[in-house]
Amino acid sequence: MRSSAKGGVGMQLRTWTSRRLWLLAVYAASAAVLFCAPLMLSDFRLNLLAKFLAYAIVALGLDLIWGYTGILSLGHGVFFGLGGYAMAMYLKLAASGGRLPDFMDWSGLTVLPWFWKPFESIGFAIAAGILLPALLALILGYVTFRNRIRGVYFTILTQALVIITTTLFVGQQAYTGGTNGVTGYSKLFGYSLASPETKRWLYFVTVGVLIGAFLLCRFLVKSRFGKVLRAIRDGENRVRFIGYNPAIYQMVAFAISAGLAGLAGMLFVLHVGIISPSMMGIVPSIEMVLWVAIGGRGTLGGAVLGAVLLNSAKSTFSESYPDMWTLFLGALFVVVVVFLPKGAAGLIGQLRGIGRRKGRESDERTSGVRNPAV
Amino acid sequence: MDVVVLQLFNGISVSSILLLIALGLSITFGLMKVINMAHGELIMIGAYTAYVVQNLFTSYMPASLFGWYFVLAIPASFIVAFLFGLVLEMGLIRFLYGRPLDSLLATWGVGLMLQQIARSIFGAPNVGVTSPEWLNGGMTVLGDVVLPYKRLFILGLVLVCLFLMYVYIYRSHSGRRMRAVMQNREMAACLGISTRRVDAVTFAIGSGIAGIAGCALTLIGPIGPSIGTYYIVDAFMVVVLGGVGKLVGTVFGAVGIGLSNTLFEYWTTASLGKVLVFLCIVAFLQWKPSGLVAMRSRSLDN
Repeated sequence: MRSSAKGGVGMQLRTWTSRRLWLLAVYAASAAVLFCAPLMLSDFRLNLLAKFLAYAIVALGLDLIWGYTGILSLGHGVFFGLGGYAMAMYLKLAASGGRLPDFMDWSGLTVLPWFWKPFESIGFAIAAGILLPALLALILGYVTFRNRIRGVYFTILTQALVIITTTLFVGQQAYTGGTNGVTGYSKLFGYSLASPETKRWLYFVTVGVLIGAFLLCRFLVKSRFGKVLRAIRDGENRVRFIGYNPAIYQMVAFAISAGLAGLAGMLFVLHVGIISPSMMGIVPSIEMVLWVAIGGRGTLGGAVLGAVLLNSAKSTFSESYPDMWTLFLGALFVVVVVFLPKGAAGLIGQLRGIGRRKGRESDERTSGVRNPAV
Repeated sequence: MDVVVLQLFNGISVSSILLLIALGLSITFGLMKVINMAHGELIMIGAYTAYVVQNLFTSYMPASLFGWYFVLAIPASFIVAFLFGLVLEMGLIRFLYGRPLDSLLATWGVGLMLQQIARSIFGAPNVGVTSPEWLNGGMTVLGDVVLPYKRLFILGLVLVCLFLMYVYIYRSHSGRRMRAVMQNREMAACLGISTRRVDAVTFAIGSGIAGIAGCALTLIGPIGPSIGTYYIVDAFMVVVLGGVGKLVGTVFGAVGIGLSNTLFEYWTTASLGKVLVFLCIVAFLQWKPSGLVAMRSRSLDN
């Protein structure tokens, strides 16, 4: 927002202040609720909420690449899983206390594989949990976006990436724990993972990371970089003709998005205590997309809201009516795509706009996805 | 030598199944740019149709005629899947033209629902379909290599489907209209072709072929509600590799993926083989980003 906003400064200021204040109030209230939640919820519920907040971080990253750049990735389960495995490897090694992790024993390994060694350090594990997914995304982005492989072709390739990664992880049982995944952790920094105090502490960490991720995405979206991303979404070739190289922007956005997913995966493992290939498969990956679609693609708050809402609904209903839940989920995909392309955030905007027509128009101009991702 | 022949045959057999599944996809994707993720569930519908036909035969027909149920099951699968496709197109897909990614998500939802419905009707466990007797056994070649009749039958079935599709697309009036719409929708509409009808029929035919694929899959193993998801991503890779718009591309894509899959899995392990195939596909796309056989077009965004 450097020079381009100059022309309409006066006009912007008018809508700016009320809208800004309103949003700021909503954000502050949400953050306050999140920080007070431990006072109101039981330990079990708090743990669930922490898991959903970790999911919300994935949704933020996915929104960045899908909602803002128009690239649909069905491969975020892999990035999420890679982050999860990085953290799980550290926790597993810490729990095994110098001996070989149990599943390697069962598979007949006698020495720790070389790529497990560095994960004895938490610093390396955290760095790898973010950088490995980002690097994978960067490579995949390099070989696709540079050749203008995009749209559905790219989406199908990401889905294939999910399939091969899960088969690889299932197949290499000795190194990854196979179908069972990696579980059985005990301690983080010497604190027991099972104790309520640690869980509460981890909850606050997750809230902090979520707010950090939100601010990062917000900064990116409001910056010139974000403007180029939206321009790519709405007309990639025009962007190219103006003299930008869309491939670089797409790659960077994809890598940041994957890094966020990896970060979320690490937090997820800390809350849930297990990571397995089924958590990074095709179905979880596409569910992540649904969180964003439901909340409203192209709005960051919507992505967070969608992840928390849908997962709360899932944990409430799917336990008692698993069959109905699958049907509902399927119908949700259809309904959201056909009737609510802007998701819940769009719906709220519409409802507010009934009273204030003018407000809605400027609202749409800034936040809406006028031209759905093609 | 025997091993090579056997692996080659296996590869071709896998290719033929992939081709049968990808044929339907390549027309819906090629013509309408609709990503039909429910394609796998149309396969499932075809497979369950074969199962129902089999059950009808065992209950109402004399046992001596049982062997012929499969002959009836193939057209039945086609028709049922065709009708499902027609309903899907008219009820949902037509609102999603021009939004390929949205169509992907919506049809995924439809697939999820269809799977759940199948689970409530037929139960979650897999069901077996007894193959007709005349397809048991195999042909012995080169001394001791046995080529199962079932696989040969599927190969023949694919060739017949391919031939019929060729005739339909390139030699019939209806097929010419279809190609016209594919190449230039507005122009075709100006010339009086009802593009709506072409869309609906094309989508239904693509779905019907998925039904036949499902029927063929009953010969290979037991079938379950999620049988389609097993194959769908591979089939999409065939389309990506082969390019859209021409049958030839799909054939090459299927043969390429089927053969390399079998060979890599034979040389390495099943999981590593899949990784290698994926890497090969990505490497190939570096050379030809729009697939093996691409439609020539002057438009920038397509």
